[in-house]
Amino acid sequence: MTLLKISGGKVVDPVHGIKGEVLDLWIRDGVIIAKPANPEETPDKVIDASGRLIMAGGVDMHCHIAGPKVNLARKMRPEDKRNARPVQRTLLTRSGTGGSVPSTFATGYLYAGLGYTTAFDAAVPPLGARHAHEELQDTPLLDKGFYVLMGNNHYALKQIAANEPGRLRDFTAWLLQASKGYAIKLVNPGGVEVWKSGGGNIHELDEQVGHFSCTPRQIIQGLAQTAMDLELPHPVHVHCNNLGLPGNWRTTLATMEALEGRRAHLTHVQFHSYGGEPDRQDLFSSKTLELAEYVNDHPNLTVDVGQVLFGNTTSMTGDGPLGYYLHKVTGGKWTNADTEMEAGCGIVPVTYREKSFVNALQWAIGLEWYLLVKDPWRVAMSTDHPNGGSFLAYPQIIQLLMDRNCRREVLKRVNPRVLERSQLWDLDREYSLEEIAIITRAGPARCLGLKNKGHLGPGADADITIYNESADIRAMFEMPWKVIKDGVVVVDQGEIREAEGGRTYYVHPEFDSAGVNDIQKWFESFYTIQFANYPVGEEYLAGGGVRSSCGSRS
Amino acid sequence: MTELKVVANATCTFCGCVCDDIELTVEGDHITKAKNACVLGKAWFLNHHVEPGPSARIRGKEVSLEEAMDEAARILTDAKFPIVYGLSDTTCEAQRVAVAIADWVGACIDTTTSVCHGPSGMAFQGVGEVTCSLGEVKNRADLVIFWGCNPAESHPRHWTRYSTMPKGLFVPRGRKDRTVVLVDVRKTKSAPAADIFLQIRPRMDFEVLWVLRALVKGLKLDPADLADTGVSLQQLEDLAGKMKSCKFGVLFFGMGLSMTRGKHLNVEAALALTRDLNDFTRFYAAPMRGHGNVTGADNVVSWQTGYPFGVHLGKGFPRFNPGEFTTTDTLARKEADAAMIIASDPMGNFSQAARDHLGTIPYIALDPKETATTAAATVAFTTATYGINVPGTVYRMDDVPIPLRAAFDSPHPSDELVLRGIEKRVRALQRASAAAR
Repeated sequence: MTLLKISGGKVVDPVHGIKGEVLDLWIRDGVIIAKPANPEETPDKVIDASGRLIMAGGVDMHCHIAGPKVNLARKMRPEDKRNARPVQRTLLTRSGTGGSVPSTFATGYLYAGLGYTTAFDAAVPPLGARHAHEELQDTPLLDKGFYVLMGNNHYALKQIAANEPGRLRDFTAWLLQASKGYAIKLVNPGGVEVWKSGGGNIHELDEQVGHFSCTPRQIIQGLAQTAMDLELPHPVHVHCNNLGLPGNWRTTLATMEALEGRRAHLTHVQFHSYGGEPDRQDLFSSKTLELAEYVNDHPNLTVDVGQVLFGNTTSMTGDGPLGYYLHKVTGGKWTNADTEMEAGCGIVPVTYREKSFVNALQWAIGLEWYLLVKDPWRVAMSTDHPNGGSFLAYPQIIQLLMDRNCRREVLKRVNPRVLERSQLWDLDREYSLEEIAIITRAGPARCLGLKNKGHLGPGADADITIYNESADIRAMFEMPWKVIKDGVVVVDQGEIREAEGGRTYYVHPEFDSAGVNDIQKWFESFYTIQFANYPVGEEYLAGGGVRSSCGSRS
Repeated sequence: MTELKVVANATCTFCGCVCDDIELTVEGDHITKAKNACVLGKAWFLNHHVEPGPSARIRGKEVSLEEAMDEAARILTDAKFPIVYGLSDTTCEAQRVAVAIADWVGACIDTTTSVCHGPSGMAFQGVGEVTCSLGEVKNRADLVIFWGCNPAESHPRHWTRYSTMPKGLFVPRGRKDRTVVLVDVRKTKSAPAADIFLQIRPRMDFEVLWVLRALVKGLKLDPADLADTGVSLQQLEDLAGKMKSCKFGVLFFGMGLSMTRGKHLNVEAALALTRDLNDFTRFYAAPMRGHGNVTGADNVVSWQTGYPFGVHLGKGFPRFNPGEFTTTDTLARKEADAAMIIASDPMGNFSQAARDHLGTIPYIALDPKETATTAAATVAFTTATYGINVPGTVYRMDDVPIPLRAAFDSPHPSDELVLRGIEKRVRALQRASAAAR
């Protein structure tokens, strides 16, 4: 029973309305507690945080850090690592490679070094779940989990086409249990299956998905409803159709409308907010305002941004046809990896250039999203790591959000046509530290249903980041003074002090086991592994795992 | 009386097919039946016996596990240029610890990939790869090409389980719905099963693949350009036409591509050809991986270091350079001054120069069987066999991770247990030495 006190720091804890007041924090056995009632009780250790700023540990709700596609990207891109600063081995820590797709140990250290203590991989095919879990076990210092790709799953599509919501619900619960995943992910619903069935894509919500008698609209509605019926901690996580295509904002708006009030999270919305027409680059424009207004008026929706940063990175996606599209744009190397009955995958190196009109507008659209969504609780920080850029760019984004002059300086540099097609120059809003704390931890934690994360009240996990207060916002967020995970100082002024820890979060929704026979029959007809060998055992869960509860059902 | 036990859904780790539908009948410490296994799998399971000798030896003399692990840790930490090699026939759980040890001691970590599909990995870095899980082939493929491989003898169940025979969602009649093509330099036992067999001249793979690329792109060629290839323009035009008009094509390639003249360039040509075909239809490529968990080794080394094989950790961070950091090279150039060999037999199959040098340096060997490598090792561990005595994870040739079920216990420790013991000791020695400084 160790008692830790962090004294004298300025606390920013939006969940509890604390906006920089000087407060002491008390921690017992890795959990934040109220100040001990007994004045005789003295802490075993005191961290003097006077003059420093304290927030809960950062929560990244959408990144690509583990599993089949991430590892394919590592294998495909040695040049990316050669250009990046390597992570040196120490007596305590493992070595690794950086770049847009860091190796696993490096990923854990780099996130922790940035003051982030939780991160969720956004796209894992269930057949590769065991792989993702193995990598998460080798990704230290983070609490973590992943979302399960379902928007092109044959069994799910079959049940949606047959209007069998009960069977869809049972299957979803079974699949989440089998993969030890955390949430339902839709990627280009229906479009990936079309791509896998001879090529092509889907462009309209009411187009039929190849040989399945269902449409993207029905997939979106069916699985959004399923997530709600199962009372999953996180609602359906949607990567809309038509990612990256000019004019796709109509699809995005139609997707929001199709939800008809159901809860949903729309991810990397920056990539889905483009005006214009598919074959007319000259008409490319921002439609953030129209979409953000819709989000502002519809509290059932949350978004993360998928901010683009200038430079070289790796696009990796479950959106197979998108990978092909990008390959055709870049003309460079391309990996596509399709998974039987479940999903697709595309990986392409990409470079975002300041002088490129399209790239610069993408950058501006991302920032517009942060600035135009009025309620910061419903917009989360993300670069869709590494698709828009590395998670290591978060401090840079924070600076751009807190300082309008800083973003105007960039606007002066980039392709000038951006000023005509985006309203970023005119957006005066500057984020406060409280708002930054919301979009980087409190909001994503709430959206994920992680009750013990994103805040500093009694009962919260003692995942705490202490920053040196500084006028240089970017420097302040790039190197926290101390990072505390489960009550233990894991990073001290950029140096890793503890190299282990972190657990895998997963859900275990209940379902009617009568449905399993039908699932098994289907599975055994089409898969190439045994039904009994499909589910991932608890031995694959990092730190023994944490089972998040699903409403009243579990 | 020996107890009879049946293990259902057991996984065979003999080859990269990693069939996980085997039903084992176990009597004591013998497997007496291996239902569903192919001839290679049956040999793997039924001939399995536990090595009678000790679990640990130093210079041939029986010692306790602890003594052997102490000595192994000492050898690795004393070395200036240690190497860790093998890994393709053990669990991912053991591989992960092996890479950790290599990292702590600043070793070169390399796997048997460097002597089989290493060039395929390099081609992947150049071109990328349009690939898929084997179930996609089973359910959709109507054109299946095997190039430079002989699945009838090396991967006997590949055809029946994954690629040519099975009835799938969009190929309901199985083999009848598919065209099967074999391209090789000799008529192997796989040839009779193919609809089309193209016998090309040895060392002409790149040229033939490049011609196919040109034909797929619609270029007109002179038949004389193909004079040395062993095949005619008409044959290749016919094949290119089939490739463009199929609904789902796949090209499986073996070491006949990756380890013959041209090596990674051959594979780059194959990957580029199959990539190009996606402008017309869906077309995929996949290497026919040999060892049971060589694909897992690629994955583990990649996720821990960022590179798939041939990784040097001696500067405190990973560097990749095949030819420089691959094991045949570090041995033949006499650079390595200590080694740890896991589940591999370089003394049995490396070049004379590499073997000669390995014989002069202290090295540790882990293997379930007595091999030329264990016989000459400074420290030799006899370990339990993965997939027979040890559970864990292996990756099928298409990167699908599959669990192992143990059939019976071995008196010998697992690779993972031995490696964990060595890792613990290495780290203790390093901490002590740091404290002394």
